[in-house]
Amino acid sequence: MLALELSDVTVRFRLPRDRVRTLKEFAINWLRGRIRFDELEALAQVSCAIHRGESVGVIGRNGAGKSTFLKVIARVLRPTTGTVRVHGTLAPLLELGAGFDPELSGRENIFLNGAILGRSRRDMERRFARIVEFAELEAFIDAPVRTYSSGMVARLGFAVATDVEPDILLVDEVLAVGDLAFQERCLERFHGFRACGTTLVLVSHSLDLVRQLCTRVLWLDGGRLVADGPAAEVISRYRSPSAEEPVQAAS
Amino acid sequence: MGTAIREIIQYRSLLRNLVARDVKIRYRRSALGVAWTMLNPLLMMMVFTLVFAHFLRFSIAHFPIYFLCGFLLWNFFAQATSWSTACFVGYAPLLRKIYLPKAVLVLATVLSGLINLALSLVPLALLMLVEGHSFSIHLMFLPVALLLAAAFALGVSLLLAPLCVLFADIAQIYQVVLVAWMYLTPIFYPLEIVPPEYRVLVTANPMTHFVETFRAPIYSGTLPDTGTLLAAATAAATALVVGWVTFQHYSDRVAYHI
Repeated sequence: MLALELSDVTVRFRLPRDRVRTLKEFAINWLRGRIRFDELEALAQVSCAIHRGESVGVIGRNGAGKSTFLKVIARVLRPTTGTVRVHGTLAPLLELGAGFDPELSGRENIFLNGAILGRSRRDMERRFARIVEFAELEAFIDAPVRTYSSGMVARLGFAVATDVEPDILLVDEVLAVGDLAFQERCLERFHGFRACGTTLVLVSHSLDLVRQLCTRVLWLDGGRLVADGPAAEVISRYRSPSAEEPVQAAS
Repeated sequence: MGTAIREIIQYRSLLRNLVARDVKIRYRRSALGVAWTMLNPLLMMMVFTLVFAHFLRFSIAHFPIYFLCGFLLWNFFAQATSWSTACFVGYAPLLRKIYLPKAVLVLATVLSGLINLALSLVPLALLMLVEGHSFSIHLMFLPVALLLAAAFALGVSLLLAPLCVLFADIAQIYQVVLVAWMYLTPIFYPLEIVPPEYRVLVTANPMTHFVETFRAPIYSGTLPDTGTLLAAATAAATALVVGWVTFQHYSDRVAYHI
């Protein structure tokens, strides 16, 4: 059973060489035949199939396209060319507390965040107590979120986003926040998801974490999928200095 | 289109949140709060009555009511569509990180405009009481008139919202267009005053028909005539289709530009 299918996915950003932001400038430059773009391929012809229940790590240097990879799956970005097929429900953890309104209380933000994720109010009411308990914010839930520490915000964001039974969980480097105890409980929750057959796609710079959670690893470099295989194998290739410039040879 | 609508229904909780937030933010920073929505049209009405009924001596019976009907509907349209020009930019931090059906953001601006309009119907009703204007049974038709105007505003907003992300100055250009557009809509003058050779400018303007549709039951106590109603319905349907098609075409590109 497939959970995710990406075929020939390319995400191309067009960066106007002269910054054209207005209709007036566009019209003037267009008349002069002077609209030029630099193109940046954040992802280039990436194809892969991820099966239900797999835990897949995505590694690579900064700017390799890891976050874009997740954004394309999460439908934040539509690929310029190629297709993405998602089979099942998706819980994106791209940035914790992205939709939080600092002026509103933690309680109100739980409902707001739930709404942003497309969940109904009744659904959130049912989950409310569990979310607050997991985030350990019982004492502060009616205080405005702007008074929270960044760790508290992250805990709340994580608790809201993961209090679902998703088929596919997308995680982008979100465990770097929070104290050790909380990180451990996050990991516990991930292991729980895995046991239930949830597909996990994890982007991280922490190779230890990837090794610990994932059986398969995708290595992205310059927007291209350089390697796709068993976690230990790909990680050791990624680490070995001889593999410093692996794509250039191929392309 | 079916999936898009189903998705909007799934995100109804978000829609409710956005509308509530729009309304709350608008009134939070003012001492008079909601009262401003009611006072503002009344003040405008006083100024326009002074200028047009007394300085320029337009002979329109019950000028304040005539003006206020047109002005409230125009104000709804102008506000809702202006907000839509800013809505994607305003929610850019969110749109960069989380998927949501973007039509919900546009729908929210039109709905909060409608709430604003509903609130400002209160001073209109008060004015009618004070002036001894009769409340016709045809007021029952008002929801239809509002629905048509809202559909038109939604269509225009769906068209504007993504284009304003691609070209930042469309929002400014639109503000100029709105001023010209307002003067070509019979808000503070009757259609009959327009010389025949220019009348096509006003009758070809869809807002004329929405204003007339809205004004008939309140001001004249009649149903709008069939021609006006048909013109309004056609304009609303056309705007919705054009807006929706444009929106579907461009809204995916929005994330690349904000």
